[in-house]
Order: sequence, then C-alpha cells, then structure tokens
Amino acid sequence: MEDDVLTGSIVGYEDVLTVEEFARACHAEVRWVAELVEVGILAKRGHDQAAWRFCAADLACARRAARLQRDFEASIETVAVMLDLLNEIDRLRERLRRAGLDADG
Amino acid sequence: MEFKDYYKILGVERTATADEIKKAYRKLARTYHPDVNKEPGAEARFKEISEAYEVLSDPQKRAAYDQLGRRWQAGEEFTPPPDWAAGFEFSPGRFSTEEAADFSDFFSSLFGNFTRRASGGRVRGEDRHAKIVIPLEDAFHGATRTITLRVPDLDAQGRVSLREHTLKVRIPKGIREGQLIRLAGQGAPGSGGAPGGDLYLEVHFDSHSLYRVDGHDLSLTLPITPWEAALGATVKAPTPTGVVEVKIPPGSRSGQKLRLKGRGIPSDPPGDLYLVLEVVLPPADTERARQLYRMMAQELAFNPRQELGV
Repeated sequence: MEDDVLTGSIVGYEDVLTVEEFARACHAEVRWVAELVEVGILAKRGHDQAAWRFCAADLACARRAARLQRDFEASIETVAVMLDLLNEIDRLRERLRRAGLDADG
Repeated sequence: MEFKDYYKILGVERTATADEIKKAYRKLARTYHPDVNKEPGAEARFKEISEAYEVLSDPQKRAAYDQLGRRWQAGEEFTPPPDWAAGFEFSPGRFSTEEAADFSDFFSSLFGNFTRRASGGRVRGEDRHAKIVIPLEDAFHGATRTITLRVPDLDAQGRVSLREHTLKVRIPKGIREGQLIRLAGQGAPGSGGAPGGDLYLEVHFDSHSLYRVDGHDLSLTLPITPWEAALGATVKAPTPTGVVEVKIPPGSRSGQKLRLKGRGIPSDPPGDLYLVLEVVLPPADTERARQLYRMMAQELAFNPRQELGV
C-alpha cells in the first residue's frame, strides 16, 4: 500500500477548512477557535459557525497562537498582541529581504 | 541513553521553588522560543527547555524525577530502574503525542506513557503536520515525490517512539509556497476502528539559483549591456518553461522591471515573471576596449553627478 501515490487536497489561499477540521488540525476545541475569532487573531466571521471556512494562512496563525499560549502560559489577549508584533517583524524582515538587505547582516 | 539534568537545563538549583522554576523557564522561553528567535539551534534548545519545564513544573513528575536524580549525573548512561515511578500518579502533560515525540528518549522512557491522549474507546487519530521542501520546477511541471517522515508511535503501554513513515505524494502543478497538501487518513491512526487523522504537508521551495519566489510571481535578474539599455534591443531570457525573447525598451536603466505576464507559477490565476534589468559594463581589459571607453569619454558629454552639484 505504501507504494501507492497519494493525492491530497490543497489548502491554500481559499477558505476551505470547516471549523471542526480546523480545530482538529490545531489539536484544539472548536470553542478555542471561536475565541481566536472573538479576539481578532483570526478575521471576524459571521454568527453561523457551521459556515466558517479557513485557509492555510489561518492555520499557520492559529498554530502559532497555540504554541505561544502554551509555552508562555499567556492569555489569548496577550497572544493577540504578541502575534501583532511578530507579524509586524515578519513583514519588515520580508521588506528588508526584498530590498536585498538582511536584518541580521 | 543519557541522564538529563533538568535543573541544569533551566539553570536553577535543585532546591528551587515552583515560582523560581517558572521564572527561569519564562526567561529562557523569551530568548529561545522558535516563534521569537529565528536563529538556527534555538528550536532544539527550546525543546530541551520545554521538556525540562514539563517535568519540573509538575509536582508529581518533579518528585519522581528527584528520586532518580540523586543517583545520576547529567550525561551519565541511564536506564530507568524497574517500577521507578511506583507510588506516583502523573497527570497528562501539555503536549500532544506528536509534540512529545520530539522530546528526548530519556523523557519518553520515564514519562512517555503519560502524554496527553484520549482515554480508550473509538477515537479519531490526531492530525499531523510536516514541512516539505521541493524544487521550484515541481510547481511548473507537477511531480511525484517520495518523502520520509519520522512519526510518533504509541505502543501497547502508551509509550512514544519514533518510526519512519515513507509516502509517495503527488505534487500538483501550480502549487505555491506556504500551501498545504492535505492527505486524508495519513495522520495518527485512530483507535477502536475510528479513522486516522489527516496529514498536512506545508510546501516550501528550495532556493533557486536563478529565480526568486514571491507568492505566485517570480523574479529574475537579467544582465544587459549598456548599448542594449541605451538603444533598446531584443534579447533572450530564461524562464522556467523555456527561453523567450524579450524587448528591452530604449533608455532602460538598472533596477527597472519588465513583466512577463503569466510566466510565473502556473496557479489559478497564474503568476508573472519579473525581469529585473542590470546593466553590466564590459571589462576594459584590452587596448581596444580601453580605446572605446576613451572615445566615449571624449565624445559623450556625460556627467552622472550633475544632480549632486559637482
């Protein structure tokens, strides 16, 4: 069986994961995902949770939030601030990289 | 396997209070957390710190570890004594099986069977995540790649060990950096006949000698001569799908970009390829070349520093 070629589905820039799938991929509860939406770590969505869909960038963001929350024993609000700052650093580093400059160089 | 001195890893005394342990951990976490510190080595160091804190922050685990610790030194060859944890009851840790599998053999031989997991019954397997690095060409032509992942396995006693899991995966044409290939049922196996979890493969491209990737767009530095830049020309340029001819407009300068629409990654919609022009001077390494430069100096009244007022 291991020789069979596996074909996966692509999770990219379009919102495809349901909230249950998304929570499972984060090893978390749906309730926790709703908290991320509530504090704005994930973009606001409508009232109908069953209609929520998520993309690859949402998953990267939520998994980062889960790590920070656990490793710093931080509240979700604190994690939201940390993420804002980390994302800002990432953006600036990316601009440096594109300008041919290295932040650590 | 080596005995690990968790106190030394956190830099605290054996007599440290729970509060001192927490403070030491938080300070180290701020320095080495891989979401904060991108230096190579930070992630490995943080895993060690997390593992130490996982044991020393839990009163039961710490007490059991302390009982052992009196007999061993860091780095010493270690085998857990039989029934070493008799009389202790450990609570599940903060880490999933996947995460705990990254901890040392020392940790897993002692506490491996107490990682967080659902208790009995029909339970779906955990989803798993891995990164794969593929050549950029795969995005243009599609490919089948064989990947080997180290995955955690729980034995009958619930102990975690790592085994190799080899998969052949189809890489679809048009895949982009950061996208995920989701393989249903290829995560952790379920228990009691429940389905396995999914495996998410996060796609990254190998750095390419010619092209830089930005989303679905690519860019390439295209060297041109001063006369091609000044007079305009039609020159050849490589693209991932073959050589093309491009028109350099007269009066082009270094740093100018020419966009080749739809020549980037063939996603939906397809990306573009940007040619970043770089004017390259011919070397003045022959008498004839020097003569031509001298002729330009005489005949072109050109002062590139005019705007500097000199």
